[in-house]
Amino acid sequence: MIELHKAGYSYGQDAILRDVSLQLAPGSFHFLTGPSGAGKSTLLKLCYGDLLANTGTVKLLGQDARDLSRDALAKVRQRIGVVHQDCQFLDHLSITQNVALPLAVSGRDVEAEAENLAQLLAWVGLSPRAHALPPELSGGERQRAALARAIIMGPDVILADEPTGNVDWEMSQRLLSLLVELNKMGKTVLIATHDLGLIRAAKAQVSARVLRLAGGSVQLAGADL
Amino acid sequence: MKQIWAILSGAPDADRVVPPTGFTVWLTVFSAAAMAFLAVFALALSLAAERLSVRWGQELARTSTVRISAPSAQEALQTAAALTVLETTPGVARARALSDAEQEALLAPWFGADLPLDALPIPRLIEVVEAGAGYDAEGLRARLAAEAPGAILDDHTRWRRPLIEAANRLRTIGWVSLLLIMLSMAAMITLAAQSALAANAGVIRTLRLVGARDSYIARAFVHRFTMRAALGAGLGTVLAMGAVAALPTADVAGGFLTGLGFWGASWLLPLLIPPLAGGVGFAATRAAALRALRKMP
Repeated sequence: MIELHKAGYSYGQDAILRDVSLQLAPGSFHFLTGPSGAGKSTLLKLCYGDLLANTGTVKLLGQDARDLSRDALAKVRQRIGVVHQDCQFLDHLSITQNVALPLAVSGRDVEAEAENLAQLLAWVGLSPRAHALPPELSGGERQRAALARAIIMGPDVILADEPTGNVDWEMSQRLLSLLVELNKMGKTVLIATHDLGLIRAAKAQVSARVLRLAGGSVQLAGADL
Repeated sequence: MKQIWAILSGAPDADRVVPPTGFTVWLTVFSAAAMAFLAVFALALSLAAERLSVRWGQELARTSTVRISAPSAQEALQTAAALTVLETTPGVARARALSDAEQEALLAPWFGADLPLDALPIPRLIEVVEAGAGYDAEGLRARLAAEAPGAILDDHTRWRRPLIEAANRLRTIGWVSLLLIMLSMAAMITLAAQSALAANAGVIRTLRLVGARDSYIARAFVHRFTMRAALGAGLGTVLAMGAVAALPTADVAGGFLTGLGFWGASWLLPLLIPPLAGGVGFAATRAAALRALRKMP
């Protein structure tokens, strides 16, 4: 699905990732952990083509990210659902319209998908807030809406960047359950988080691989997690 | 063609993703209206100059004058001889000597109405109207010199040419003005579109993250600016056509400026300006948007 081979990335002179090799196999569940500033978000951005590796190669759905044209990258992003840390909503559109945005930009008939859209909003528990604007939602509701938008296109891979960063324990468990459920449907999931409690809770529900990002490289985390 | 149809039919999905942009909407509409207003007058100027050029060319090319400058005793004789020559010249439809009253009327603007024509050595004038391809001027001059030595043929070429040239240049200036107005409109819309793109960088980033292609993003801006340019140009055109219609008629004031206007089917020409402005808006915004999107990371 997504494969990094000796990938490196630098912001100016500061190398944040060095020789990172990682393979997200279909149906796998990964956690990416590490201290703040370790490069978790940068690594995720390499995984959906928002950044291009300075060294090494990154393959997105079998295609070298460097060789992708803008249009080809847009198509790849329709198959990789991303839950961004800051949600990235359009504040002038309702939650329903924001969730439907990937359908609209890919040229699909949003009206024809209205029932699926309603079911999805119900699944993430946002039916009563369907017509609210993003600034009117709580942190947990925003994260659930972001998850709904990430999966509306039925992607093969779901990447989540600190999805529980701004929510309470109960809500983070609810979000985790949704992601575990998606993984059980066959989706590949990668969650970047520094919330070790979340990882421990997940390991009780799903077979997850935990990767620790430190010093610019990725290691498999030990059994202490 | 598909994209133009999408623009005309509204492209509602693409348009909705970009938030409304407040006062810049009215600036674009106002600028397009002002440009269209000027464009209508430039068009009217071009058409008036063209009509003038054609009229001068046709009227002056088909008439000429023979002056009889002879002692008063011989004037009638030489006039008759010149008329006989003219009547037998191929290419001359008709020729007639102007009466004293007609000559007085011609001179009245310069010397007043009570001109004592008898007391002044004013030459007799013969008006010549040409037929078909006209006459051989050199041959006619030679025959007149032989039959009526005081007759001088003036075929108007000397002063007709600069007048027609001036009218032609005026017409060219009108068309160039029209072109410059359209280019200015394109530049103005390009600047407005660039400003809108910069102001919506966050929206564009979000759209890209959810898989939008540049053509989709561009469409949102293109639709918006095309409609604003067409709407503004429509308003400006209607106002300018009203202003042109309100100009005084030739009967009231006379002169070139009263010819500034539209006649008959030419009233339809200004109606092309709004769709043309929409086309300019479409092309300018699309080029600006795709260029800006290529530069955005």
